[in-house]
Amino acid sequence: MKEILSLDHVSYTYETEDEKPHKAIDDVSFTVQDGEWIAIVGHNGSGKSTLAKLMMGLMYPNEGKIRVFLEELNDETVWEIRSRMGIVFQNPDNQFVGSTVQDDVAFSLENNGVPFEKMVPRVLDSLAQVQMEEFLDHEPHHLSGGQKQRVAIAGALAMEPQMLILDEATSMLDPQGRDEVIRVVDDLKRAKGLTVLSITHDLEEVLLADRVIVMNEGKVMMTGKPEEIFAHGDVLESIGLDLPFASRLSRELRKHGVNIQGEHMTEKELVNELWTSHFNK
Amino acid sequence: MLEKMIFGRYVPGNSFVHKLDPRSKLLFVFLFIIAVFLANNTITYALLLAFTVLVILIARIRFYFLFNGLKPILFLVVFTLLMHFIFTKEGALLFEWKFIKIYEEGIRQGIYISIRFLVLVLMTTVLTLTTSPISITDGMETLLNPFKKLKLPVHELALMMSISLRFIPTLMDETDKILKAQLARGSDLTSGTIKQRIHAVVPLLVPLFVSAFKRAEDLAIAMEVRGYRGGEGRTRYRQLAWKNRDTFVIFLFAFLVAVLFWLRGGN
Ligand SMILES: Nc1ncnc2c1ncn2[C@@H]1O[C@H](COP(=O)(O)OP(=O)(O)OP(=O)(O)O)[C@@H](O)[C@H]1O
Ligand SMILES: [Mg+2]
Repeated sequence: MKEILSLDHVSYTYETEDEKPHKAIDDVSFTVQDGEWIAIVGHNGSGKSTLAKLMMGLMYPNEGKIRVFLEELNDETVWEIRSRMGIVFQNPDNQFVGSTVQDDVAFSLENNGVPFEKMVPRVLDSLAQVQMEEFLDHEPHHLSGGQKQRVAIAGALAMEPQMLILDEATSMLDPQGRDEVIRVVDDLKRAKGLTVLSITHDLEEVLLADRVIVMNEGKVMMTGKPEEIFAHGDVLESIGLDLPFASRLSRELRKHGVNIQGEHMTEKELVNELWTSHFNK
Repeated sequence: MLEKMIFGRYVPGNSFVHKLDPRSKLLFVFLFIIAVFLANNTITYALLLAFTVLVILIARIRFYFLFNGLKPILFLVVFTLLMHFIFTKEGALLFEWKFIKIYEEGIRQGIYISIRFLVLVLMTTVLTLTTSPISITDGMETLLNPFKKLKLPVHELALMMSISLRFIPTLMDETDKILKAQLARGSDLTSGTIKQRIHAVVPLLVPLFVSAFKRAEDLAIAMEVRGYRGGEGRTRYRQLAWKNRDTFVIFLFAFLVAVLFWLRGGN
């Protein structure tokens, strides 16, 4: 396993004029390995977006170090590092730079000085990876939210990044758009071994991750596999996070005296547990 | 009403004029605007008008469509015409009725100025009708490239223009949404005194501006993480292709100027 990203005792405080400034990120350390899918969860204002911005070098930590692709993130390395990472933000409209789909996908290629002959196949290829190749000449206001986010992913993929960060990329989409985007990312991760770091409120999305990082008030509160995390359901609820539906249902059932064992994160697991537990009697 | 206004709008098509490179079109229109001032007698003005009509025909734009879309501007043309008829008092007196006296020179001047105005408006409208805003931006950027040496931020201006164009529909949608939200809260934009109506616009503009600033900030971040750091070392995805027909257009212009010089009255 190769390290892709590591944070070493990172802290960050926004500069504001008013009152006592608090640390948006407080002594955070973790490492992401090549090919992992990491989910970062946490309530509003727990510092998730700040973390993403720090990783992209939009600002630098006050304390601690960030290493990306084994290089320390600083003014000299930041552009090179950015060209090897992709990030998709929350609002589909506010990250669409080009006037048409293909212009938008080409944007990062243009910025990085990729010659024209190489750009065309890369644009087509990236759009094909997100199943948007038929929309080459479409303007952004004629696309759905999910389609715009897929174009944004294609734009990020155009530079053939090793790591993709999604900062609540699905939170403004309807369920259908959300499924489209998640499916595309999941396929990509399988096909290309892309490292994915997804910041999300959606706990169903968390289930896809190899490892979950729970943020609370700028600190890392827990890390672990999804099932390990959801085993601490009470803690998650106490910091204002929802549990997946099946997990909630199984807790409620237990409270009402239904005899079921273990944690159930998906509906299928719960259904299996329910009918087998009745068999045994 | 705004729907009908065609000044500055693009209608996709497939004509010779549509297919021209935006650079040759821009160059042509720019030079044409200057050349219009060469005309100084009936035949040269007639030539300009005929040439413009020819261009419209080649671009396959329907006259009715143009006439409808340019009504407000045509009104202005007619207005200038009348002003000249009435107020220019030179040459032979042609017509007199009560206090209205129309002189020969007035008619001539009026017609000349109106043709000049009309021809300019028509030519620029043909340009915008047949060229997509993105192409116009691209064309401008390449044409203005030499001015970079004079510290003119050509790339930034072009980018600014294309981003504004890209955000017009987004902001329109947003305005519509805010308008409906405010209407639902009982705001009334259509009645009351002017002062009341202006007051009612404020709750519309404030959220619009707040969100526009938020969008601008997000967009700047999105551009930066995708590697944008100014025009230096950037390549271009949109390639402009100068074809034979574009060279032809430039020769056509030279020919037009030559004819204008030949026919214009010496003074
Ligand atoms: N530009 C800024 N200036 C000052 N403070 C900020 C700024 N951006 C965020 N903060 C503060 O930093 C903290 C963390 O914010 P951040 O945006 O990282 O949270 P988040 O976990 O992404 O929340 P959300 O789920 O709402 O996106 C919050 O307390 C927030 O108020
Ligand atoms: Mg956030």
